[in-house]
Amino acid sequence: MNRIVSAFPAFTAIGVGRSIPFASVVRSDIAAFQRTLADAMTRGCRLVSLFAMPEPNAPAEMPLTAVAILADDFGSLLYAGRTSIADSYPSMAADFPQVQLFERELAEQCGIIVTGHPWLKPVRFAPRLYSGPDHPSTAPSVCGDMEFYQVKGAEVHEVAVGPVHAGVIEPGHFRFQCHGENIFHLEISLGYQHRGVERAMIGASPARAFSFAQTLCGDTTIGHTTAYCQIIEALSDCRKSARAQSLRGIALELERLANHVGDLGAISGDVGFLPTASFCGRLRGEFLNMTAMLCGNRFGRDMLRPGGVQFDLDRQLTDQLQHRLEKSAAEARQAIELMWNSPSTMARLDDTGRLDPLDAAQLGVVGPMARACNLPRDARHDHPTGIFRFVHIPPATWATGDVFARAFVRWLEIRRSTEFIAGQLAGLPEGDTCSALSALAPDHLAVTLVEGWRGEICHVACTDSAGRLFRYKVVDPSFHNWPAVGMALRGQEISDFPLCNKSFNLSYCGHDL
Amino acid sequence: MFASLITKILDVVILLMMPPLLPGIINRVKAWFAGRKGPPLLQTYFDLRRLIGKQSVISSATTWVFPAGPFIVLGMVVTAGLLMPLGPAQAPIHFEGDLILLVYLLGAARFFTALAAMDTGSSFEGMGAAREIAFAVIAEPALFMVLLVLVTAGWQSSGVSAVHSAAGGLSGYLSLSTLLLPSAHAVVSGRMQAALILSAVALFIILLAECGRIPVDDPNTHLELTMRHEVMILDNSGRLLAAQTYASSMKLLILSALLVHLLLPRNAGLTDLSVGAWILCLLGMVLTVGIVGIVESFMARLRLKLIPMLLASAFLLGGFAFLLLIG
Repeated sequence: MNRIVSAFPAFTAIGVGRSIPFASVVRSDIAAFQRTLADAMTRGCRLVSLFAMPEPNAPAEMPLTAVAILADDFGSLLYAGRTSIADSYPSMAADFPQVQLFERELAEQCGIIVTGHPWLKPVRFAPRLYSGPDHPSTAPSVCGDMEFYQVKGAEVHEVAVGPVHAGVIEPGHFRFQCHGENIFHLEISLGYQHRGVERAMIGASPARAFSFAQTLCGDTTIGHTTAYCQIIEALSDCRKSARAQSLRGIALELERLANHVGDLGAISGDVGFLPTASFCGRLRGEFLNMTAMLCGNRFGRDMLRPGGVQFDLDRQLTDQLQHRLEKSAAEARQAIELMWNSPSTMARLDDTGRLDPLDAAQLGVVGPMARACNLPRDARHDHPTGIFRFVHIPPATWATGDVFARAFVRWLEIRRSTEFIAGQLAGLPEGDTCSALSALAPDHLAVTLVEGWRGEICHVACTDSAGRLFRYKVVDPSFHNWPAVGMALRGQEISDFPLCNKSFNLSYCGHDL
Repeated sequence: MFASLITKILDVVILLMMPPLLPGIINRVKAWFAGRKGPPLLQTYFDLRRLIGKQSVISSATTWVFPAGPFIVLGMVVTAGLLMPLGPAQAPIHFEGDLILLVYLLGAARFFTALAAMDTGSSFEGMGAAREIAFAVIAEPALFMVLLVLVTAGWQSSGVSAVHSAAGGLSGYLSLSTLLLPSAHAVVSGRMQAALILSAVALFIILLAECGRIPVDDPNTHLELTMRHEVMILDNSGRLLAAQTYASSMKLLILSALLVHLLLPRNAGLTDLSVGAWILCLLGMVLTVGIVGIVESFMARLRLKLIPMLLASAFLLGGFAFLLLIG
């Protein structure tokens, strides 16, 4: 494989969806490692993953190694670097808010002593993945049992919501500091859905690992499975056929369509505008059924497999899909335009839950939430893999950063994804659906980014000398975006929280893993 | 005498039996506009029967105020209903000044709902109570403004001279049963009709607010943080919830009956006891809640901070109607 010259001496450049020998990842001391991180983030790179693991093939008493993956969106390159953490890890969160959750995770997962973190607390209340020098403030405790930021004063009141909610949604705890109807501060405590996926992935057989990858986050089955398949393909140097890549693209965009349409309906329902809510609820089902036409499952389970896809489209099914897509897209257009044409709905969405673009950039927000703040981050465009190397979907952006922007970006993406699917169905390339895989390359590191409907999904894998998964790190877009919900709610009315939350529609299980 | 007794019994039966039908109508209208089949028209009756058969779960953090609240509310609202003439006949209870009692019975019911909500100690219910009371501060004067228009109209149409009225004031015109009977209006001017229509619009806004309908409150939401009325009764179950559900549908009946009376054609040859007048009144109520359903089908909820402005506009509409009358 041809080497790419790295812009950062302490980091190694790596293509998205590619693998490199782990030994070739530059190893530096903590100071140089952090200096490079700071330098890269100042120059506009994003931290897409940061995790720790024991050094592969090293004696047990060796200190843990931290691996960081940076994304340069403009250069379409990823950079990997590593350092070993002997005693403590000085926090960079005060200067670079996007690292704060990663550092808290390091402390919780591996018992690494993170020093100088402004708000070091548990992330998921999960048991340790690796034992490290323990830090009492981050010792795993009962889920949700933690200190919340408090505003003192006679007129300030605290509202605690969840983890049990009135609707059928996932569990999460929200703590508001309010003055009357106004929110001063919102803190979100998750972890109730923690299943220990990363632990289960270590050394898992390919069949088990595949089924874990499919269930990382139920509504993003295709997104996460695509990322997993790309990792396995990168590690086994497999070339997929054009047809398989095209079918994967169709499945990914169908998932986006179903979820975006469902979200717009839900946003409309939250403001009490029934027409769009009712229509979109049904239309979401139509798009899910199209995925079911592809593979027999509405959420795309078992649609993909490492090496390609498990289901092919014949001529008749393609025609049927084209017909149904056209019909449902036209109906979705009518239903959603009802919402834009309803002044009472627009008054509700406009200027509600505004996320400042600067905050969004600093927090490392990804996906439609970032694009609604005029940050054109889209892994399909910046770090294309598979079909998106050949067919480009322009990122849809809007500048206002409010609930309306988040809704409108979804609508723009619905239209572009529809066009993309129609184009793919019209000219589906010929070829096999699945290529053979060889064994995983030993002692390699593979990284990939996939733009799921919620945003950028990052999977990183390391193999040991026997070619088994030694560490598998998953970063769901929700992990980047949850802190932004709290920021967007500052100074808002508490009665608008459900609407704002719905406009983000982040995953709990994707965050908790 | 016999006929009037029958009317009285009929009045009480309709008053007690009809309220749960109204939310059913609203839900059917909404379902129709959304292209759904919707729940049965009589769903609220089924719900009430089910709830009455259920045990109440009462939080150990509450005092006697919490379980007592819904029944006090029920008593207040039903009494208020007895003051309201539904059809063209006099209300079962009527006396000079009953319209003021009606408003304050509804006010006291609101007070006890809020008190019972706050008794749970839940932050949601505290917020709901705060919202309810804050909006009531504006909704109540608006309701009085509408009643003032009604009283003035009744006083003017009775043909009493200004000299006489200066001595007697408005006394004699402060009973709903006297004011609302079709035969009570001997002289009706176009200006008076306009004022009554204007105040009916104001009353419709008040009705949406008082009964917790869109655009003021969303009765279907499951989101605790945005609710107003529903959040206050979040901890009620079994009979307590049945009492609250029935009371809120009774409130809907009272206000829609008042609205119908404001718009009832004057001097249209309706006598106090005619069957036609009864049908007209009941149909009017059904139509009113139907319009509530249509509003809910086409409008989003207002931002919470804008609701006081909506209620203030109801007050202003009532004020304009009053100016129109006396000007």
